[in-house]
Amino acid sequence: MSTPASDTTSLADPIRRSGLWRQLKRYPLVPLTILMLVLIIPAIFADLIAPYDPYQSHLRNRLAPPVFWGGSWEFILGTDRLGRDILSRIMHGARYALAISLVGIFLGAILGTFLGLLAGYRCGWTDIIVMRLVDISFALPSVLLALALAAVYGPSFQAVILVVVFVLWASFARQVRAETLSLRERDFVARARVVGCGHTRILFRHILPNVVNTVVVMATLQIGVVVLLEATLSFLGIGIPRPTPAWGLLVADGRQLVVSAWWISFFPGMAILFTVLSINLLGDWLRDRLDPKLRQV
Amino acid sequence: MRRFLVIRFLQALLALWVITIIVFGLSHLTGSPIDALLPDDASPEQIDNLIRHWGLDRPYHVQYLTFLGNALQGDFGESLKWRGQSALGVVLQRLPATLQLGGLAILISVVVAIPLGVMAAVRKGTTLDASANVIALLGQSLPTFWLGIILIWVFAVGLGWLPTSGYGGITYMILPAVAMAWFQIAALTRLTRSAMLEVLDAEYVKLARLKGVPEWQIVWKHALRNAAIVPLTYFGVLAGSILTGSVVIETVFAWPGTGWLAIEAIRGRDFPVVQTVVLVFAVVYLGLNFIVDALYAYVDPRIRYD
Repeated sequence: MSTPASDTTSLADPIRRSGLWRQLKRYPLVPLTILMLVLIIPAIFADLIAPYDPYQSHLRNRLAPPVFWGGSWEFILGTDRLGRDILSRIMHGARYALAISLVGIFLGAILGTFLGLLAGYRCGWTDIIVMRLVDISFALPSVLLALALAAVYGPSFQAVILVVVFVLWASFARQVRAETLSLRERDFVARARVVGCGHTRILFRHILPNVVNTVVVMATLQIGVVVLLEATLSFLGIGIPRPTPAWGLLVADGRQLVVSAWWISFFPGMAILFTVLSINLLGDWLRDRLDPKLRQV
Repeated sequence: MRRFLVIRFLQALLALWVITIIVFGLSHLTGSPIDALLPDDASPEQIDNLIRHWGLDRPYHVQYLTFLGNALQGDFGESLKWRGQSALGVVLQRLPATLQLGGLAILISVVVAIPLGVMAAVRKGTTLDASANVIALLGQSLPTFWLGIILIWVFAVGLGWLPTSGYGGITYMILPAVAMAWFQIAALTRLTRSAMLEVLDAEYVKLARLKGVPEWQIVWKHALRNAAIVPLTYFGVLAGSILTGSVVIETVFAWPGTGWLAIEAIRGRDFPVVQTVVLVFAVVYLGLNFIVDALYAYVDPRIRYD
């Protein structure tokens, strides 16, 4: 499936341009730029570039409108009910979005890859049990687990990470197992065994390096899913606890004020939208370029 | 066919069993279930009752069997927030509203997505195809809860066409159903488009063209019938995201269904109701998936011999 971005990269360019330009055109620049501006740069440098402390109340400037809506340059995107600067809160929110995605995807990928390797390599009962668990995990809507967890522990970072891992591990396990199944029949595995490699060594030194590419591509594709999931849980009050400026919580803050102060909900939602959109565009591009196998996933 | 259905049914039961273990584990193994199942100001008498009712003074496996036995009889304890009502009663009372809204959302997504996907495949590479692609991409990237708020802002507050939120007739259902359907439209359009592209390339479509069958008949009759199997398999997933969506959308639009109930129950620390919602959702979800599997096997005989 092609997207507008990948279409422009595949079109033959009739006018010859300089080498550097052609190099650049091979990458989906628009989504990459959006992603850097909305998610990655704010997440890393929030302390340096955010104009205010995200928790600081400017009580004289409560509900100040954004600059193009009759506000001042003091608060570019306006302020919320407590006079906190929306722009600063969105920038700091990027941190939580990025951190939860990285940790959750990392743990989910490791768990899924490990179980997938094991299932594909050992076959037999290990395979049956792991694949049954995969089926069950696909059969459970993630929100059920999130609800149950939130009811017992209240909103917490750990609960969000747990839900993310629970949602992700199965697709990694299924993909890695499928590849391991075909890899284990290959000649280089048989040769490794002949020279006396143990099973652990074969799994981690010979088979694992061959599936790492797929795992990395899959992990990248999941960032959008996780950002959306985390924002949804936080919005519902079963994700990241208040008063953290997570994007979902920022949207929830402005829910009741949409008539008088639309900007409180609007801008954090745009941040989520642009992040997920650019990751989906990148994902399409990656899928087309790197790994045709994943088109089925 | 029967063997296939029996296996699928057992698998669904297995999944349900795992859910009961998760729910039981969350409420009983972590800390004291008394904290989870009773309000903070419970009287000693209430605590005694609860311990006897759920067998909390016995070993864990006995406790689990008691829990399972009670659950099978539809006994999930009493609601803490809605005093004097059983948790199951509270949940079942709200279920019709959720099914109503979810049904409308599914209807909207099918009515929009299937024609859109078919047209995008037929007119591949045109503006129509590109716009279908943009709609699909936007749908998968928009946070549902935010879309709901924006719809309220534009159509209810700004234009004043529809009510902002609450329970009522069709006018109250339009905005939440559209917000819920948006994501499904995106996924279904993409699926339909790629399935149609594959089918339109098949030999029998070319043969039909050679025979001079009118093009609209080829597309909507010959091709779509065969392509429809792929979107059909997606309905299981669709049911799941409608349930997830109901929690989000009902909260945004104050629609008094099961999803909103779950959020209210969590805010009121009403664990019996939360656990009932989880189990009822699981039963609905697994049941729908079973029906889809059965339909799928009926439509496509190849599946039965998997």
